[in-house]
Amino acid sequence: MSVLKGKVWIFGNDIDTDAIIPARYLNTSDPAELARHCMEDADPSFPEKVSRGDIIVAGKNFGCGSSREHAPLAIKEAGIACVIAESFARIFYRNAINIGLPILESAEAAAFLKEGHQVEVNLDKGEIMEISTGQKFFAVPFPPFMQEIMAKGGLINFVREKVTKGE
Amino acid sequence: MAHTMAEKILARAAGKKEVFPGELINARIDMALGNDITAPVAINEFRKIGIEKVFDRERIALIPDHFTPNKDIQSAEQVKLMRNFAREQGIVHYYEVGRMGIEHALLPELGLVLPGEVVVGADSHTCTYGALGAFATGVGSTDLAAVMATGELWFKVPPTIRVVFEGELPPWVSGKDLILYTIGQLGVDGARYAVLEFTGPAITALPMDARFSISNMAIEAGAKAGLIPPDAVTLRYLEDRAVRPYETVLGDEDAPVLQEFHWDVENMEPQVSAPFSPANAQPVSQVAGTEIDQVVIGSCTNGRIDDLRQAAALLKGRKVHPRVRLIVIPATQAVYLQALREGLLEIFAEAEAAVSTPTCGPCLGGHMGILAEGEVAVATTNRNFVGRMGHRGSRVYLAGPAVAAASAVAGVIAHPLELGEVKK
Ligand code: SF4
Repeated sequence: MSVLKGKVWIFGNDIDTDAIIPARYLNTSDPAELARHCMEDADPSFPEKVSRGDIIVAGKNFGCGSSREHAPLAIKEAGIACVIAESFARIFYRNAINIGLPILESAEAAAFLKEGHQVEVNLDKGEIMEISTGQKFFAVPFPPFMQEIMAKGGLINFVREKVTKGE
Repeated sequence: MAHTMAEKILARAAGKKEVFPGELINARIDMALGNDITAPVAINEFRKIGIEKVFDRERIALIPDHFTPNKDIQSAEQVKLMRNFAREQGIVHYYEVGRMGIEHALLPELGLVLPGEVVVGADSHTCTYGALGAFATGVGSTDLAAVMATGELWFKVPPTIRVVFEGELPPWVSGKDLILYTIGQLGVDGARYAVLEFTGPAITALPMDARFSISNMAIEAGAKAGLIPPDAVTLRYLEDRAVRPYETVLGDEDAPVLQEFHWDVENMEPQVSAPFSPANAQPVSQVAGTEIDQVVIGSCTNGRIDDLRQAAALLKGRKVHPRVRLIVIPATQAVYLQALREGLLEIFAEAEAAVSTPTCGPCLGGHMGILAEGEVAVATTNRNFVGRMGHRGSRVYLAGPAVAAASAVAGVIAHPLELGEVKK
């Protein structure tokens, strides 16, 4: 389960949350509705082009701007298997971990990968491989505490366990 | 060891003697916030935790401000969900239309966020409260759900970038200009994961309202918080407001910081950030003459009484340019009432501006002033990303209230001094 394979879609630097899911659609939090507008203001045809299992690759500061969790939700619900970026904005990084959207930080992979590349991602090892050339990249590993949250399936499960154990 | 303000506040909230940048901590939360976009998601997540009651019904604020007064049925449903939760849980700080305001103007005004506290909000501009010396930061809805259940949240202790503004502010240069300048210098990710701390004589000289504008936009440089050390101005502001006793926390002068900048404001012009990034800041003269269709004065950045006073000073006895629509949105009901009593609303109406009840409205492209394809706006808001105020082919220039008001009159982006003398 922790090995993903998918086609790459390329985005630039500073992709903000208004580009990921424009605020005009935030009068709902229905994930399916959000997915229909995923990345719309960065690329209006994206919601039609994207298929389940695809991978977003972007430059620096992906997800900057608002704290809307609707952004990683829209991406996840649109079927994107993971996001690889040179770097992530702080709140997006938190939100992605909290809701269980896999994200990987690798400047090298972000620089190398091109639109249409097929990549294989091993989430446990943080390994990213471009299939046609066999080029491998390693993502910055998550601190153990965050790995624990992800292993539990997100923050809510993590908190639920803590609360029921009465810690 | 010497520590920054952020480190000291976080250490206290984590019950530790000291903390260091990079350390992961669990902090006690003094106040948590959600709005009509983020709270519904948080409430659904809260239900999944399997706990009956929120950790403290006095330390959660739920503010319907983004799409209110409800702009459509879906928005009305979102607010209903929030309202029902607030009633069920006995949430003290839930405010309806007519009593509400834009969250980041309302919470300080009500004395709900205080120096030395740790505040989280499911809204990125929660960093506004840094102006009061609170460690305040934006989080997601799931984080908010966790806080509502436990009253705690994990943080990575951030390093601090210190910005010192030297000199005396020229006329019409204020908080908004200083923060646009800062973002222009640092870039939209220049302070990513770090705390911005603003000090220096030009900061100390600013009233609270201008300080809120500065801290508000720390996130636009990627910062986790935007702190201003509390001083006499801060304490005076809190005098009749603070709902709880609080303890001011100041940093040590010799605390190690990641970076330190000294900028002189003496020759600074009012700043404008061109589309499509708050980091495209430049002196107003660089973009002066750009034709505009709409001006918005409001938002959690510049919808406070001082902002409206600045705009009114320029609009008094003048008319909005025939080609331009000016929309003025006082940030809270109290600001609205104050502006009414001071005669500012009359000045706006006579200038042929539309004045709205408090709402986020056009700031996020929600309602109350959406731009069509190709339209250009000057706004005192905080983001000018593609599509932020409407069509993805529209453009927003960010500025302070003085430049916004002057531009509304001129019909093009203009320096307030271009209007000539201000009529008192
Ligand atoms: S005024 Fe704008 S930036 Fe401020 S909270 Fe509302 S939508 Fe967000």
